[in-house]
Amino acid sequence: MRTLFERLYNGIIRENPTFVLMLGMCPTLAVTTSAINGLGMGLSTCAVLIMSNLFVSLLRKFIPDKVRMPAYIVIVASFVTIVDLLMQAYVRGLYASLGLYIPLIVVNCIILGRAESYASKNPPLASLADGLGMGLGFTAALTIIGAFRELFGAGTLFGFRIMPDGYEPVSILIMAPGAFFVLAIITALQNKLKAPSATNRPEGFKCNGECSSCGDSGCMIYRRTEEGK
Amino acid sequence: MNTFTKILIEVLAASLVNNVVLSRFLGLCPFLGVSKKTATAVGMGTSVTIVVTISSAVTFAINKFLLIPLNLTYLRTIVYILIIASLVQSIEIIIRKKIPSLYNALGVYLPLITTNCAVLGVCIDSAQKSMTFLETMVYSVGTAIGFLIAIVLMSGIREKLEFCNVPKTFRGMPIVLVIAGLMAIAFYGFTGAL
Repeated sequence: MRTLFERLYNGIIRENPTFVLMLGMCPTLAVTTSAINGLGMGLSTCAVLIMSNLFVSLLRKFIPDKVRMPAYIVIVASFVTIVDLLMQAYVRGLYASLGLYIPLIVVNCIILGRAESYASKNPPLASLADGLGMGLGFTAALTIIGAFRELFGAGTLFGFRIMPDGYEPVSILIMAPGAFFVLAIITALQNKLKAPSATNRPEGFKCNGECSSCGDSGCMIYRRTEEGK
Repeated sequence: MNTFTKILIEVLAASLVNNVVLSRFLGLCPFLGVSKKTATAVGMGTSVTIVVTISSAVTFAINKFLLIPLNLTYLRTIVYILIIASLVQSIEIIIRKKIPSLYNALGVYLPLITTNCAVLGVCIDSAQKSMTFLETMVYSVGTAIGFLIAIVLMSGIREKLEFCNVPKTFRGMPIVLVIAGLMAIAFYGFTGAL
């Protein structure tokens, strides 16, 4: 039980995949034009993350070390396909606005990163909790960014008008350049407040936090993800 | 309008108007990660161009002659990601054996491309829009050129940035994101051009 809560806290706050680890930047920037899109993308990634963590953990003693990456990719891709088909059937509106980014959950670094660094070494229940924590952390981050962009870029929140009628929306915030600016402000604030983040680690780190495509086990971020137990 | 003009317009549309990085946010990790020096950016951009072109041709064939006739299009995501992963591996092996000089220049970037969402994105997108072979190739080459342009421009700006006095809070990632935002605004201007 304690592991469960510790994993949830770790995923949502201490190692938040978006704000702290800076992983999965493509969907973070692409779909956060509104709060509901961010929430939808976050929850679908969360579902894939929970299931893939569980299955990687269940199969961790059977998958040979040499072919573990292709095996993980197949597991992740299967669950992405399931989520894709379910969304196509039941939430058509959301599916249409997320479009291409649903199949692209396969290449989201968070999922392969968690499979490699946590689920492959821990028992199923803890891995499931880890997936849930990371997924909720991702969902929270995407919803917050989406809400911010929607509120100031369109004056609405989850589709409801919030801002007074006289408010002139800053429409650049919901266009492509706005995504970069919002993320720039967030990372600048993290620098200013010296909050822990992959972007303000001491000089000398060459990478950008995309651990799954790197594999340098001597790296600091990688080790922190490893030690997060 | 003859075919050549049409192809040219399509390439311009895919590379500049709907730039893969700056307006569709695909391939953001290498765009932010390996754009510190122009030389590495050119290497990464060229590798992506090669991989995108080859993998979109291969996945087009798989989709047309295997998945659609057998009614297996729902397996597209799984099949495509495996094809791309194995393709990147084989390209690496072939280049290492046949063209060692190219391997020395591009070798380190190739394994990173498997998880580049631009490659998978282009393949899935062209399959979803059921493009013809010519359209797929024009679209993928255009997209890849767009990636090359964006990452090389970014690296040029970042090299100049080394000599600038950036406010302490914005050093590192924030200023790079601000630059990316400004580039996105500039690329937005192409929307009216075509």
